[in-house]
Amino acid sequence: MQTNRDDFIIAIRSAFLKKGNQQRFSLIALILFSIFIIVLGKYNFKGVNFLKLSIKEIVYRTTFIVSVPENFVINSYHTISDHFNLYSNYENLKKDYESLKATKLNADFLKSENEALKSKIDDVSTQSSELLAKVIIDKKSPFLRSVIVNRGSKDNVILGMAVLDEKFLVGKVVEVNYSTSRVLLLSDLNSKIPVSIEPNGVQSILSGTGSSFGEIQYIKEDYEIENNSEIFTSGSGGIFRSGIPIGTTIGDEEIGLDTIKIKFHSDFSQLRLVKIVSFEEVKQND
Amino acid sequence: MIEISKISILGKIFNSLPIIILFISVLNEFDFNYLNFKYFSFNFPFILIFYWSLKGGEKLGYGLVFIAGLINDVVVGLPMGISSLSYLLICGFAVYLRNITLRPNLVKDWLFFLFTISLVNSILYIVLILFFGIDMNFYFLFFNIIFTFMFYYIFSYIFDYYSKFNITR
Repeated sequence: MQTNRDDFIIAIRSAFLKKGNQQRFSLIALILFSIFIIVLGKYNFKGVNFLKLSIKEIVYRTTFIVSVPENFVINSYHTISDHFNLYSNYENLKKDYESLKATKLNADFLKSENEALKSKIDDVSTQSSELLAKVIIDKKSPFLRSVIVNRGSKDNVILGMAVLDEKFLVGKVVEVNYSTSRVLLLSDLNSKIPVSIEPNGVQSILSGTGSSFGEIQYIKEDYEIENNSEIFTSGSGGIFRSGIPIGTTIGDEEIGLDTIKIKFHSDFSQLRLVKIVSFEEVKQND
Repeated sequence: MIEISKISILGKIFNSLPIIILFISVLNEFDFNYLNFKYFSFNFPFILIFYWSLKGGEKLGYGLVFIAGLINDVVVGLPMGISSLSYLLICGFAVYLRNITLRPNLVKDWLFFLFTISLVNSILYIVLILFFGIDMNFYFLFFNIIFTFMFYYIFSYIFDYYSKFNITR
């Protein structure tokens, strides 16, 4: 019994404490160093932050280059599947176009009416400035859903700015480096956005699920939400302006769960160019 | 002389393929996610590090494994040091298995790999949730472990085949 225990200790000691033949460091020293970095990172130690920034700048660029062959394969795969789906897509787009034509006329009228009314009650409206950014890394880790874009603090990107794909919200800036930034996508489990569910204007929080759809959280049971309700940013908390379209609710039968699921308007796996947007409130009478 | 030095350089590159592939995989994070199979993902660096640490320490230097972990944290967006810790723990468990094994057996290695990645991912999960307050989808992690476990068997054959062409010079 004693011998077995000794053997176990010797094997463990040999594995973790001894330096291997061609190893410069012992395993335990590097494990302790990793734990040290984790602890310093947790408390935002300046040295670790500086190390992080330096590594990020180099790694993001290198990853972009290393990913070229894989991106070629992915793009070819999408091109081929798009060709196969061409006819069905065309039919769907034709239907959508007809319904959108009518909706747009209505929306234009409502927009101008809204602006006129706002100016009458001395309300504030928002003015936005946009910055076009290219997605340089789009690695879907099972743990975090985020992308890296080629705009950073040198382009006046700041934390919390909204990121749009065309007109649709896709995420917000959560990390800013000198020439790159990380965008946390709405599908990430850690993303929480205040939203408004139309047509009833129910206020709630949209949370990511780690999958391709979102989930409505913190809503009272007595509010009835219909299928295909439109989800917009509510503007609460002043993070984003109100009215940015996000997605639509989908029925329980499609997902098989009791919670309300959201299908995003934008396909996060296809992001190539995005807009980083900052909003500024402007008095109507100014 | 030129031919000899050429062979020597090619040989060195060929022998360093595991570490080169490790760096490419952490920089590239290839995982076939674009196929949009629900929950499908696997951790290729875990397979590579476990296999080559088990076969002998010359192919993967611990220092390089540590740096690969730091790069992976940056690419994926995890707090710094998390992947390094998990990679080094995998190295440690693989070396331990090597030390106690007299007659290597693929099935036993495979099962020990499942135990190792389950333990390492559990540590990762606990650290991220309790220490950093980052939410993680437990099902994604679970299926990641299962697929990584399954792919080990396939990759071990590929790596065995590569080992046969080891260039000594």
